[in-house]
Amino acid sequence: MDEGKKLHVHDKVFLSLPLLISIIKLSTTAILFYDSLAFHNKHFCTLAKRQMLSMSTNNLSYSDQGGTDSAVEVGQETTPTSSNAGAGFGLFSVDFKKNEDLKEMLESNKESLKLEAMKRVVGLIAKGKNASELFPAVVKNVASKNIELKKLVYVYLVRYAEEQQDLALLSISTFQRALKDPNQLIRASALRVLSSIRVPIIVPIMMLAIKEAASDMSPYVRKTSAHAIQKLYSLDQDQKELLIEVIEKLLKDKSTLVAGSVVMAFEEVCPDRIDLIHKNYRKLCNLLVDVEEWGQVVIISMLTRYARTQFTNPWKEEGVFDERNERAFYESDEEKTRDETEAKPYMMDPDHRLLLRNTKPLLQSRNTAVVMSVAQLYWHLAPKNEVSIITKSLVRLLRSHREVQYIVLQNIATMSIQRKGMFEPYMKSFYVRSTDATHIKSLKLEILTSLANEANISTILREFQTYVKSQDKQFAAGTIQAIGRCATNISEVTDTCLNGLVLLLSNRDETVVAESVVVIRKLLQIQPTQHSDIIKHMAQLFDNITVPMARASILWLMGEYCERVPKIAPDVLRKMAKSFTSEEDIVKLQTVNLAAKLYLTNSKQTKLLTQYILNLGKYDQNYDIRDRTRFIRQLIVPNDKNGALSKYAHRILLAPKPAPVLESAYKDRDRYQLGTLSHTINTKASGYLELSDWPAVAPDQSVRNVEVKEWAPSLGKTGKSKPAKSSDDKFYSDSGEEEEEKGSGSSSSEDGSSSSSEESGSDAESHVQKNSSQSSEESDKSSSQSEKSSSESDSEKKERKTKTPLQKKTVKPTAKDSDSDENGNIAKEANSSSAEESYSDSDSDSESDSDTHTDSDSGTEHKKETKSKAKPKVEVKSTKEVSLLDLGDFTPAPVTQHKSSVLSPSLLGDLEGLSLSNVSSIIQVSGPAFVPEKSHDLLHRMTGKGLSAQYQFPRQPCLYQPTMVSVQISLTNTTDHPLEQIHIGDRSPTGLNMHCFNTIECLEPEASVTVFMGIDFNDSTQAANFQLCTKEDHFSVSIQPAIGELLLPITMTELDFRKEKGKLLGMNESSATITMAAENMTSQPISRPVATVANLGVVPSSQGNVHRFAGKTASSRAVVLVTVELRESSTALITINTEKSVMGSMLLRDLKLALAQA
Amino acid sequence: MQFPAKMIHSLFLVNSSGDIFLEKHWKSVVSRSVCDYFFEAQERASEPENVPPVIPTPHHYLISVLRHRIYFVAVIQSEVPPLFVIEFLHRVVDTFQDYFGVCTEAAIKDNVVVVYELLEEMLDNGFPLATESNILKELIKPPTILRTVVNTITGSTNVGEQLPTGQLSVVPWRRTGVKYTNNEAYFDVVEEIDAIIDKSGSTITAEIQGVIDACVKLTGMPDLTLSFMNPRLLDDVSFHPCVRFKRWEAERILSFIPPDGNFRLLSYHVSCQNLVAIPVYVKHNITFREGSSQGRFELTLGPKQTMGKGLEAVLISSQLPRGVLNTNLNPSQGTYNFDPVTKLLSWDVGKINPQKLPSLKGSMSLQAGASKPDENPTINIQFKIQQSALSGLKVNRLDMYGEKYKPFKGIKYMTKAGKFQVRT
Repeated sequence: MDEGKKLHVHDKVFLSLPLLISIIKLSTTAILFYDSLAFHNKHFCTLAKRQMLSMSTNNLSYSDQGGTDSAVEVGQETTPTSSNAGAGFGLFSVDFKKNEDLKEMLESNKESLKLEAMKRVVGLIAKGKNASELFPAVVKNVASKNIELKKLVYVYLVRYAEEQQDLALLSISTFQRALKDPNQLIRASALRVLSSIRVPIIVPIMMLAIKEAASDMSPYVRKTSAHAIQKLYSLDQDQKELLIEVIEKLLKDKSTLVAGSVVMAFEEVCPDRIDLIHKNYRKLCNLLVDVEEWGQVVIISMLTRYARTQFTNPWKEEGVFDERNERAFYESDEEKTRDETEAKPYMMDPDHRLLLRNTKPLLQSRNTAVVMSVAQLYWHLAPKNEVSIITKSLVRLLRSHREVQYIVLQNIATMSIQRKGMFEPYMKSFYVRSTDATHIKSLKLEILTSLANEANISTILREFQTYVKSQDKQFAAGTIQAIGRCATNISEVTDTCLNGLVLLLSNRDETVVAESVVVIRKLLQIQPTQHSDIIKHMAQLFDNITVPMARASILWLMGEYCERVPKIAPDVLRKMAKSFTSEEDIVKLQTVNLAAKLYLTNSKQTKLLTQYILNLGKYDQNYDIRDRTRFIRQLIVPNDKNGALSKYAHRILLAPKPAPVLESAYKDRDRYQLGTLSHTINTKASGYLELSDWPAVAPDQSVRNVEVKEWAPSLGKTGKSKPAKSSDDKFYSDSGEEEEEKGSGSSSSEDGSSSSSEESGSDAESHVQKNSSQSSEESDKSSSQSEKSSSESDSEKKERKTKTPLQKKTVKPTAKDSDSDENGNIAKEANSSSAEESYSDSDSDSESDSDTHTDSDSGTEHKKETKSKAKPKVEVKSTKEVSLLDLGDFTPAPVTQHKSSVLSPSLLGDLEGLSLSNVSSIIQVSGPAFVPEKSHDLLHRMTGKGLSAQYQFPRQPCLYQPTMVSVQISLTNTTDHPLEQIHIGDRSPTGLNMHCFNTIECLEPEASVTVFMGIDFNDSTQAANFQLCTKEDHFSVSIQPAIGELLLPITMTELDFRKEKGKLLGMNESSATITMAAENMTSQPISRPVATVANLGVVPSSQGNVHRFAGKTASSRAVVLVTVELRESSTALITINTEKSVMGSMLLRDLKLALAQA
Repeated sequence: MQFPAKMIHSLFLVNSSGDIFLEKHWKSVVSRSVCDYFFEAQERASEPENVPPVIPTPHHYLISVLRHRIYFVAVIQSEVPPLFVIEFLHRVVDTFQDYFGVCTEAAIKDNVVVVYELLEEMLDNGFPLATESNILKELIKPPTILRTVVNTITGSTNVGEQLPTGQLSVVPWRRTGVKYTNNEAYFDVVEEIDAIIDKSGSTITAEIQGVIDACVKLTGMPDLTLSFMNPRLLDDVSFHPCVRFKRWEAERILSFIPPDGNFRLLSYHVSCQNLVAIPVYVKHNITFREGSSQGRFELTLGPKQTMGKGLEAVLISSQLPRGVLNTNLNPSQGTYNFDPVTKLLSWDVGKINPQKLPSLKGSMSLQAGASKPDENPTINIQFKIQQSALSGLKVNRLDMYGEKYKPFKGIKYMTKAGKFQVRT
């Protein structure tokens, strides 16, 4: 061992001789260079020094390499940005021996030895040392079975493959094999490494792998392929077109895992191909909340850019925008909107609104980058009156790490210049602490200055007073500048500030004084009158001030206002003449200026002094001063040659100067998008994409509608509005804001295509049309990569044909059961894939599921539908059920069952056959399987002073609002006098959404009346408390719903049921085993008690012992699935699957109770 | 020509003395010398904290984060939201801390292989891939002393044998198949009070920042709900991704499936509009006289509005003016220390006994002939109050659904001083 080392030392010496010489040469040139530059470029010096140091310390280590290569590398090092630099310096300071034994270890048969060696190699790489010569030994292990060893080999390969291309190719086949591995993680990691090997020759292989991975079953692998796209693109830009195809395909992916990565790839490869986004815009918006946080940042910034090209400016007319009109705007077709945009006040595009709405919750993210990106989105896209919602969150970020603070403060600084009001309430959050870092302090100061106004200036100035005294003198100087800015901006405090600054002139610290002088000079220039005493004061201080800038400022002031201080100015000049030679250049220049000005105004006293100074200046070392002196002399001292100019000397030198504007450094930062690197460094970073200006006229919005390609051409032409349509418009514009937005924006409603369409005639069909490209793509996926083709739409056409007879049937307000049966059948054959989609949507925004159907009206459909006259009419009505039923022209008589004064909600049960539930094919509300007669006491006649009230749940979808549960209330007057004005008073919780019945003017003795109301319980069993009032009395009553009453039954096929259930496993599943009596083991007794407990629909079952029930919650439309599996020995397993786990467990409890009894 | 690639290109770890001790490149290799620009900024900065987080260089941009006296310098080639990088770097530090207990140069050097594996998993092509600690722990087992010993003997590995499922599950932050014999869930409500008190003792600004840190060790897939007595107090909240946002919006209840182990459930802010009770007061008398080389220093602390809870772990620190040469002070309790080089005075007070208020009195000697400092030093106070959240936030109850066992639940409250300054 020892001997080996000795030998090695010898080697070193011999090897390094020529090398040393070259190094010496190099360093001498460097030294020369260094010297020559020393005065000019301090920056370079430090670099050079560093290089020299590193060279000297590394002399020995270079010799290890024993080649001239390393000397070349040293040369390159001197340019700090050279991107190759390979191993850098340092290289191998360890000895050869180690290298040798690493090689041996890697080639040994023992796994543990190999692993040990690889760990050491990774250690070398981490230290930045060169381990490239081990490449052949390492690459042999790429096929190792040991996972850790493999990983380390991957690390090595990625690092050195570029340098050892030939050898790297040896490993490719291993990866190609791994790409076919059944394990998704192995496939993914193989693709990761393969794409990280930057060897041009494997580009075709990479391309193939990416394409394959892009249609992999596993979303994780697809995500990796999105990453690989960028890697391949940076390796070979000729592949762009092919890669864009892959991106296009991946953009359609619905997995939240993929979304962020593919948008990243899009941003890198083809950020200008905005057309690829159109069709995916709404999907991205809706998925956004569920995407991982890093992806959110990327998507949001991309959508910001997108929105700026697609929507019109919401800032033009503030506060005019009216959500109600949006629908009309949105619905109207292309030509119409073109005309309208000019005439009408601004209306926000629903897609624009969708983006704003869906990003808002992300302000609550723990990831500061996400919060910031939402903030910038609001800043750049939201109407002015909505921007302020980001304030709170941004201020919250200030509690985060120092670096985060820095970036956030910078952005706030830019914002606060334009919108003081946003941050003013949080002014105190920007107060400076002595422990803040310098750059944080100055940013806070900046913001405080921007926030200052007449109202808060005194508070701010008081705060500034503390800062001025700070031990951090740089910060104190910054504060003085800030005071100066406040003084110019707010005229009320100018004098106060000026006096304060004058006081600072007697400060002991030089920087403070100097800064004050400079600021005072600027202030005086703005308001030169009445301040001669201040100038005098400054002249007195002149002797004590040594900071050149401050002295120069005072001299300039003297010269500029020499007429106001006629006695003092010449005296100052006299002093300056004495000390001229020892002053700094900047002071000398101002002295010359002062002399010239005094010469012009007061030549009697200063002529000699001026000439003296000009003479001194003439022989000054500094070129500028000599130059200036010469110029001034020619200008002011009259002689023969220069008569022309000297006439104007007075006007040239003593011209009124414009006052300087004290502005924020962040004044024009907003030309960069907030939150970007370019904004931070205030220069355009490479790769920065400009935010475009709003288009004057919004581009066609229909591009975002998702539709079948085949049908597309007919759309534009036939889109003429018809009477039927205009009535639609009006009606739409009345519907609630949320519903319309969501409905239009999200794809949630429509994908259900087939079975919902069958229910509601033309509307639904148009849904098919609009959304089928999406749904087709989806079924595409499920039917395992069959190409999107005409066969798809063909089948849809067929469906439509088969549907026609059905539609007629369903229009009739009867036959609920048969209805649901048909649903089942159709749904099965039609669109088995829709399940997936509906799930993800209901997940992402449960509000969306209200029963609107939005963008459905394309003219084509109307044309077709006019064939059957009756239909459009019915249809229009059916859509109305959303929030208002204006029944003026619509008699519900034939369907009302109850003798109530108000429209019965059961009407809805009948109408609903026609309506479109926008949830999805499988989730459609059906009629209740069973309505329990049980009624509950609401108000006992004793407590109600003769008024008694009972309530029951009629289990009908609520008429007033789909999220409400309808409650039937029977009121009886047991007194002997009529009760007047029965109505509902205060309610609690106050936020409770409740639709009250109309006031009953008079209830005769012994009479009773049944009324309906709707209550939105928000899917909780919290009681709704309210007051039942008569003319004289108020009675507090409360309705406590059983959990089962908060559900609405839905019908679905067994297949769909299974599918849905498959998505609601894990945390969404709760189950229990109970014992049942043996005689109850048949189907009937099971569904009865279940139906009594909960309003669920029965799902037809192929297995005798398994009973399935399905429903959805009224408020949030979450699917609730109940499975009762009968087992031997009279036990049964109840399983409940729902994302509302609380409801699930409560329902389970109720069901257990009910079935165990049975 | 290398096409400028997005996101994070390389990472250098730099210690406080300016040495690069680890480098990792996700794309092609960037020369170390790019860090020279960083060193230059480091030299220029008077304090380590003053190094600007974003440094532009001719071809790259350096975005750095300082934690535990280590600079994490990321090299960027083109436009990227700087917060994206900063947030990621902090996440890296958090992960290291989670894995090694501490995040020091020594710890990183000792575990360089694990560090490398982690960095490899966390970033793919410069874009974050897996940053959830639960998933990472499935991919790469954290080193423990026992495992290190076992590994060296058996030659087995740190890398998870079977591949993780977390990345692909419905609940990306929780690993599957968690099992505990003792099922426990602990929640710590920790509030920090930030305040600036002026000379006369009146509050200039005060606000409360709170967090709820959880340590949940529960078997299976528990679904927890946490409700508060007074949720309205929470003014501005940010959540761990596991919290169901809609539920909070509607009912002000935290409903979530927790990650396994330690995590921050939420952080909140109690608005400064509410009056914040300041739990401590300081009487001070610090004077420098013109022309004298002596200054007086008197400080007395006392509790105020602490709701009967004692002030603990009180620590006073103050940066005295440069002119102070030395101090001769006498604490009534605890120990004090003055560093004549950094001029930092610190006084470890300990517990405050309301009957006998702690004080620190004495004289300071000033540089002879130097003028009197303009400003009196600012006093920073640290303290803790156990079993109380200053804002009055109270957890109402914690329920668990989805699993059958009965977990052990615990909740702890604590108030701490955050950036608590008294100007004198």
